[in-house]
Amino acid sequence: MIERSRETLVNAVLAGLLLAAPLVATLLDEPFYVSLASRVAILALAGVGLNLALGYGGMVSFGHAAFFGLGGYVAGIAAFHAFEGSAFLSWPVTIGGSDQLLVVWLVAALVTALAALAIGAISLRTSGVYFIMITLAFAQMIYYLAISIPAYGGEDGLAIYLRNQLPLADSSDPLVFFFLCYGLLLLALFLSARIVAAPFGMALQCARMNEVRLATSGIAPYPIKLTAFVISAVITGIAGALFADLNGFVGPSMLSWHRSGEIMIFVILGGVGRLFGPLAGAALFILLESFIGGFTDRWQLLLGAVLLGVVLFARGGVMGLLAGRARHD
Amino acid sequence: MTEPLLELQGLSKAFGAVKACDGVDLTLLPGEIHALIGPNGAGKSTLIAQVAGWLKPDAGAVHLLGEDVSHLSVAARANRGLGRSFQVSSLAGEFSALGNVLLALQGRDHGAFRFWSPLRKDTRLRAEAVAILERVGLAERATVQVSTLSHGERRLLEIALALALRPKVLLLDEPMAGLGPEGTRQLTEFLQPLKNEAAILLVEHDMDAVFALADRISVLVYGKVIASGPVEDIRRSAAVREAYLGDS
Repeated sequence: MIERSRETLVNAVLAGLLLAAPLVATLLDEPFYVSLASRVAILALAGVGLNLALGYGGMVSFGHAAFFGLGGYVAGIAAFHAFEGSAFLSWPVTIGGSDQLLVVWLVAALVTALAALAIGAISLRTSGVYFIMITLAFAQMIYYLAISIPAYGGEDGLAIYLRNQLPLADSSDPLVFFFLCYGLLLLALFLSARIVAAPFGMALQCARMNEVRLATSGIAPYPIKLTAFVISAVITGIAGALFADLNGFVGPSMLSWHRSGEIMIFVILGGVGRLFGPLAGAALFILLESFIGGFTDRWQLLLGAVLLGVVLFARGGVMGLLAGRARHD
Repeated sequence: MTEPLLELQGLSKAFGAVKACDGVDLTLLPGEIHALIGPNGAGKSTLIAQVAGWLKPDAGAVHLLGEDVSHLSVAARANRGLGRSFQVSSLAGEFSALGNVLLALQGRDHGAFRFWSPLRKDTRLRAEAVAILERVGLAERATVQVSTLSHGERRLLEIALALALRPKVLLLDEPMAGLGPEGTRQLTEFLQPLKNEAAILLVEHDMDAVFALADRISVLVYGKVIASGPVEDIRRSAAVREAYLGDS
């Protein structure tokens, strides 16, 4: 139990630091750092999604950028049509744009869920290296699809001129937007924690350790893994919608395999299968990018070295170093 | 005559030119231990895999409790009352013994599509899990991570997991493998009364255990059942001696 309370403490400190950073930045009148904190929260959210599939379920998806980008494009396309006053679809039913965040999130969740259901249903018939490659292939298909649609900017992407809005709160205020991202991150972490400890999560972890055992216990592994893959994609998709609104822009780069790799790096750097691992990983990544990146363009050399160190010497990632080994009782 | 709990009808499976399983008929009656013996390469593993659902037979059928389960998945067969243990222990290594049993109980009672309440805090299932671990003598090791359990303890946990399903039929694939003489004796004593709860199809190399436990024995050689009957008949059968017992 000592280990467990240490992990709880580390989690609380991480969450506290992320909350404190933009508040201090606002006091010092440094809005750039507020949006940097929003960026950490959003990328951590994307990582929390992937962690469910990769960390707990052992499904090494190299295509989560597909869901991140789809979420982004939902936000971008909704804003585009709302701004133009045009319709996304005029027949058989008229579907217009929307500049409401709640609508955007709901649609982003639906679209990513459907995409993940289709991609997962096929990809999960394979495993190991083949699963990695097939998820990558699906993400690349969506990437090239986005490039080939000129109506939504093609290779140039799509600008969101006015950030999508919320009732009662001004989402264009950087600090308000940070709170939104932060709130959704905490919600996703809370839901992840519940899911992982619930029978579903136990079955999912058993699927990672030993599928034969799971099936022999009367629980079919495939539906468990597919469901987890869909939940994982939805969380990452919502993160994508937030990311587009944060940047006021969505482009094919959100769908590229570099992005899939980055989300994977958050999870591995932070600690695979650790609840707050993606937050630790995303924070470290952004810190390296913004502060070392300020001195030299070759900051990724350092990132590579850190990643190498984690993989070789600290399999538990940052969380493993700070909070000790993961425990299952 | 009583209805068999498990019935294999003309089960056949070939890998290329090798007939690993060649028209096997076999029944398992309530309250009996039916031992399946045969030299290495006789097709015992292939047979077990088809009964459990990992392999689809080329021909023939598997009936469980009177139902044709030939096209059902491993999980569906487990849910219908088929419990099994493996030749090489197959467990969720990072969970504790308790976690392993809890998951099996959850699978049996409700399925795994429950997303909210922590499984470890389900007091009713927990009490049952502890009782099952007590039965196989693992209660004191309940919260130890499985990967640190000894070989013998893992063998026992396998049996506990099979029992957790409240099975009607138990497939035990070499449960004595790797146990010392003392462990084998203890497990033999444990399995003897178990047949009144679930009929047991026992694959085992330890002949002393087989003769001590079995009510009937079938001998598998090159995918065919060459003899089947009460223990004494098999002991005396010349064909069996020649094909199997004589060799070893």
